[in-house]
Amino acid sequence: MAQLTMDDVRQILLASAGDDEDIDLHRAIDEVAFGDLGYDSLALLEVQSQLQRRYPVKLPDGWPAPDTTPVELLRHVNALLPVEVSGAATH
Amino acid sequence: MLTTAGTAPERAVVTGLGIVAPNGLGSADYWAATLRGQSGIARLSRFDPSSYPTTLGGEIAGFTTRGTVPGRIVPQTDRWTHFGLYATELALTDAGVDPADLDEYEMAVVTASSSGGTEFGQREIQALWSHGPDHVGAYQSIAWFYAATTGQISIRHGMRGPCGVLAAEQAGGLDALAHARRLLGDGPRLVVSGGTDASLCPYGLVAQQAGGRLSPVTDPARAYLPFDRDATGYVPGEGGAIMIVEAHTTAAARGARIYGEVAGHAATFDPGPHSGRPPALRRAVELALRDAAIPAEAVDVVFADGAGVPELDRVEAEAIEAVFGPYGVPVTVPKTLTGRLYAGGGSLDAATALLCLRDGVIPPTAGVDRIAADYRLDLVTGAPRTAPVRTALVLARGYGGFNSALVLRAPGSTTD
Repeated sequence: MAQLTMDDVRQILLASAGDDEDIDLHRAIDEVAFGDLGYDSLALLEVQSQLQRRYPVKLPDGWPAPDTTPVELLRHVNALLPVEVSGAATH
Repeated sequence: MLTTAGTAPERAVVTGLGIVAPNGLGSADYWAATLRGQSGIARLSRFDPSSYPTTLGGEIAGFTTRGTVPGRIVPQTDRWTHFGLYATELALTDAGVDPADLDEYEMAVVTASSSGGTEFGQREIQALWSHGPDHVGAYQSIAWFYAATTGQISIRHGMRGPCGVLAAEQAGGLDALAHARRLLGDGPRLVVSGGTDASLCPYGLVAQQAGGRLSPVTDPARAYLPFDRDATGYVPGEGGAIMIVEAHTTAAARGARIYGEVAGHAATFDPGPHSGRPPALRRAVELALRDAAIPAEAVDVVFADGAGVPELDRVEAEAIEAVFGPYGVPVTVPKTLTGRLYAGGGSLDAATALLCLRDGVIPPTAGVDRIAADYRLDLVTGAPRTAPVRTALVLARGYGGFNSALVLRAPGSTTD
């Protein structure tokens, strides 16, 4: 399974919490905590739910949290994803 | 009616209207459509109604959340709340009110709700049963319940006064306005009130079908005919009206345009089926007139509930005749152009009554051309009727026994 990219994260944020005219997701959001981006606890619950539906991962309760950043989300989810076996095997 | 402080209550006046109706978005469009008899009732189009006994509805075609509802709010709210948010924006603009200018605890929100978040809930139920509990969204928790629209309006506009919701099916909208009046003068200076509804989806339609009052007639012009010999039930609709209700002293001080005053109200509940006691609509009318301190002769027009179900039409016709005398007052049912809007219906009727007071024109009842022989009602049909209207009585009944009556008076009608 392919690893998550920051664009995938943006897509999930949009799907979870809608397109907020006051939040520009296309700037560098990597290190900005979700709470600071304007996502409340219900929105984050929805983000978790959307992630678990789209990817074969099980996330801890209450995570992502308001102080989680998008790049932390990316790293944690990607670490949980099954490793992709590429066509070019190393001998 | 005294407040707890024992001082005279504030008079409640309506300073802004926001209408979302099957035959018009915004009060200007809606009123123009209503006066020319343009109906919003048609075959349901957002899903295939062929397998349902009822195939018609008053849909608001072409409503989009783009430009009407903030993007962040859309995924967490039902269509009924979208209508409420948009109508609130229209009403605030119409009233010339910017909530940022007012103290947050002096603004309150009280809406009526009937179906709640039906379409949203249906989607989540489908996800649950098709894909499992992990596919039910977190927002179902806040999108479905009756107070969701009140809550979202309150949050969006920073209105932290005493907020609430009233659920009395079609009667709730009148009760919400009465509650707004109750709140003014005891803290809040402004109340966002009224109601909206949106239940034209399979789940919603099935629930309404179970009430046994929907018309099975497929011709939109012949399905909903209140007081007519050929009455076969009603047609459901979506939408409603939000209005800005202010304390009269506040409105006058800022030079607001006043549509009218919420001058009187009463709500009664029908007795059980085997009690032997009569339905309580007439009592609601009498109590509302008493609350407004006016005699029956002072009423210039009655916006009837217009159930379209023969037994219920009879109760209403008899109540009106008992209070006003045979052919004693003009009666009209403009909801024949929109369908019954449940939590949006009472409010839309009240808004329509205010426009009628403003322009001195009574909108007609559409489609009714053979009133049942023994109803001695002066029903306004065919064309709008110009008349010197200063006082309107709005009636609304909710399934299960709710009866509400609201008296609205044009500015300057009561002595200051």
